[in-house]
Amino acid sequence: MSDTTSQSGKAKVRAWYEPDAKLSRRHSADKRLRAYGIAAIIFALSMLATLVGTIAITAAPAVTQTMVTLEVEVPEGAVDPSDPRGGSYQRILNDSIMRIFPEVDTPREKRELRKLFSNGGQYALRDKVVDDPSLIGRTFDVTFPLADIGDQLHKGVIDRNLPPDYRRVSDMQIGWYDRLVEQGRISAPLNWGMIFNADSRFPELAGLWGALVGSFYALLICFFVSFPVGISAAVYLEEFAPKNRLTDLIEVNINNLAAVPSIVFGLLGLAVFLNFFGMPRSAPIVGGLVLSLMTLPTIIIATRAALKAVPPSIREAAIGVGASRMQTVGHHVLPLAMPGIMTGTIIGLAQALGETAPLLLIGMNAFITAAPDSMFNPSTALPTQIYIWADSPERGFTSRTSAAIIVLLGFLVCMNAIAIYMRKRFERRW
Amino acid sequence: MKLKSLTMAATVAVAALSVAGVAHARDQIQVVGSSTVFPYSQAAAEQYANETGAAAPVVESTGTGGGMKIFCGGVGTGHPDVTGASRAMKKSEYELCASNGVTDITEVLLGYDGLSMAVSRSGKQLDLTKAQLFQALAAKVEVDGKIVDNPYEKWSEIDSSLPDTEITVMGPPPTSGTRDAWVELVMEEGCEEFAAIDALEKDAKKEVCQRMRTDGPFIEAGENDNLIVQRLESDPNAYGIFGYSFLYENQDKLQAVKIEGVLPEEHTIADGSYGISRPIFFYIKNAHRGVIPGLNEFIAEYTSDDAMGAGGYLSERGLIVLSDARRAEVQKTVKDGVNMPAPK
Repeated sequence: MSDTTSQSGKAKVRAWYEPDAKLSRRHSADKRLRAYGIAAIIFALSMLATLVGTIAITAAPAVTQTMVTLEVEVPEGAVDPSDPRGGSYQRILNDSIMRIFPEVDTPREKRELRKLFSNGGQYALRDKVVDDPSLIGRTFDVTFPLADIGDQLHKGVIDRNLPPDYRRVSDMQIGWYDRLVEQGRISAPLNWGMIFNADSRFPELAGLWGALVGSFYALLICFFVSFPVGISAAVYLEEFAPKNRLTDLIEVNINNLAAVPSIVFGLLGLAVFLNFFGMPRSAPIVGGLVLSLMTLPTIIIATRAALKAVPPSIREAAIGVGASRMQTVGHHVLPLAMPGIMTGTIIGLAQALGETAPLLLIGMNAFITAAPDSMFNPSTALPTQIYIWADSPERGFTSRTSAAIIVLLGFLVCMNAIAIYMRKRFERRW
Repeated sequence: MKLKSLTMAATVAVAALSVAGVAHARDQIQVVGSSTVFPYSQAAAEQYANETGAAAPVVESTGTGGGMKIFCGGVGTGHPDVTGASRAMKKSEYELCASNGVTDITEVLLGYDGLSMAVSRSGKQLDLTKAQLFQALAAKVEVDGKIVDNPYEKWSEIDSSLPDTEITVMGPPPTSGTRDAWVELVMEEGCEEFAAIDALEKDAKKEVCQRMRTDGPFIEAGENDNLIVQRLESDPNAYGIFGYSFLYENQDKLQAVKIEGVLPEEHTIADGSYGISRPIFFYIKNAHRGVIPGLNEFIAEYTSDDAMGAGGYLSERGLIVLSDARRAEVQKTVKDGVNMPAPK
């Protein structure tokens, strides 16, 4: 004992403010930890930037759509004014194309020339005449998209300096296209068709409208099923249920359910909703129900957390002035927990919006050229539309796929922003 | 108040559910089936909807086998009307159909589809025989009269005239109809060239002929052919296997590999001189004709000369069309609604 004291007495006495080796080690460990953190953030941000950057660059060509404007003459006898839908618009349009290129005469060349113009031209013309039958017998301008090859040529995606074998556009077609440009017939307005058209096999006509409407219906169903059911379950479990092994078991199961891969819910939906209940395939109602199964645990967990955050004093005060438990919950606890519940719900719905796997199993990846009229009609959803386009061989779909991804990301960012805003705006601290 | 509106919402949701549960009338045509036939069904469906203004048919890509399963599920509005297939219906599928009451089926031979093997424009164009492809891609091959695990790592080891580069081939996974066709048309024919394999018993021979190697040189690249195209572009030594339409759309990036000295082109696939092409079909449930509105018109559009004829819009999507005589025969079968015989 005395030995140790004498030894330590010999050791250099250090004042409390003097740094020693251990302290500087601790300091440098602290700095290292901070550096790791910053490096991790930089890594994550650069990954995100690369991802968003490549998508944005790929999507850029889809921002505009190359259109052509032609003077079209609809001769008096060609369309029956009492049935304007039945006219042979294909031929009328072909005639006006041939007037610009009088030297094209062999059938093969004519076919090559026709490939430069979208197949949608005749329907654009038809819709115009159907809207206004007085156009019959007159000459007027019609603007419609160039076909994919023309569009890609205009945007420089097809490189005209490559040898002819290497590209899908022949020298002849490039010549025709250049003539259209010289005559000022080519324009490239913003690509609104990409949002407001339904799907098509032609990239220049394909749009997201069907998918947007489908996703909207599916989310609507998802909300109306999972929101009330989720809140009821959470309120019962949190406010009324006795604490025993059964409720513990239920709680564990709900937490587990939140982690089940979404494809399992798809299989469940296929077996229950389609095969057992015989609901329509590819319909948003089924998609919404499957998604609501997936969203339910998220909402229950968020709601329970929000209810827990309401201090017991509120409940005690309400009961103290004579409110029933139902009144306590309905008048005080639930309204106070609502901002938290809404935040959880919106995040759950945002998750559901981006979900693809379960929708593939119930057939919401179908090709349909019209938007659904109701939630019982077949349609696609945003993520499944991206899936279909990503699988299409035409070059024009490459940029449209990325553009669709940006639209989906846009919706997700908006929904999350609303959730954050609501949390900040209505949150109450106790 | 809040609780009341919640209860209301719940009631509405439950009501909506029960309405959906009731069997519904269907006014759209439903088409399922192979991803190879999908683009053609898309084209016919869009044309039909645009021309008639009727409800747009619902076309879904489920794969050949998956399509058959749904198609054969029964008769009635809950089941699809048409299924596409990149091979003929199997006996087992026909029996499944029959057991669910789907007995009247018309088989339509739509045309042919070429499979292509391609490489980046900056890579080397090869000219391969089916036997060489078998040697490059099979799990077991014949070396000096013995059947051994595939030892080939480089093309030059198979034949000294081939380049001295590693074998890297990306192809479809086993769930794909393209894979089935590749195995049937290339691997099984290629393995016939080898005496020791040919001498094996039926089942053992099948096993050797059909199994693709899993030790690296053959890469299963998933169902998305656009991904294979991207990977070929970045690796000039890699080869890819996919449908002819993807090659056609990506001519600026890819060049085709010659099979037995022949390049895949429209006319070489149509006249059969290009060795890897397969017939593609679709099947019509005759019990639905006249019941589902527009089904007859849709089928008439699908089999019209404008669609499946020479220069028709299906050929623009890569379909190799039938000869005029054969087409007329098919059109007559469809018009009369002739039921197909049971497959052998």
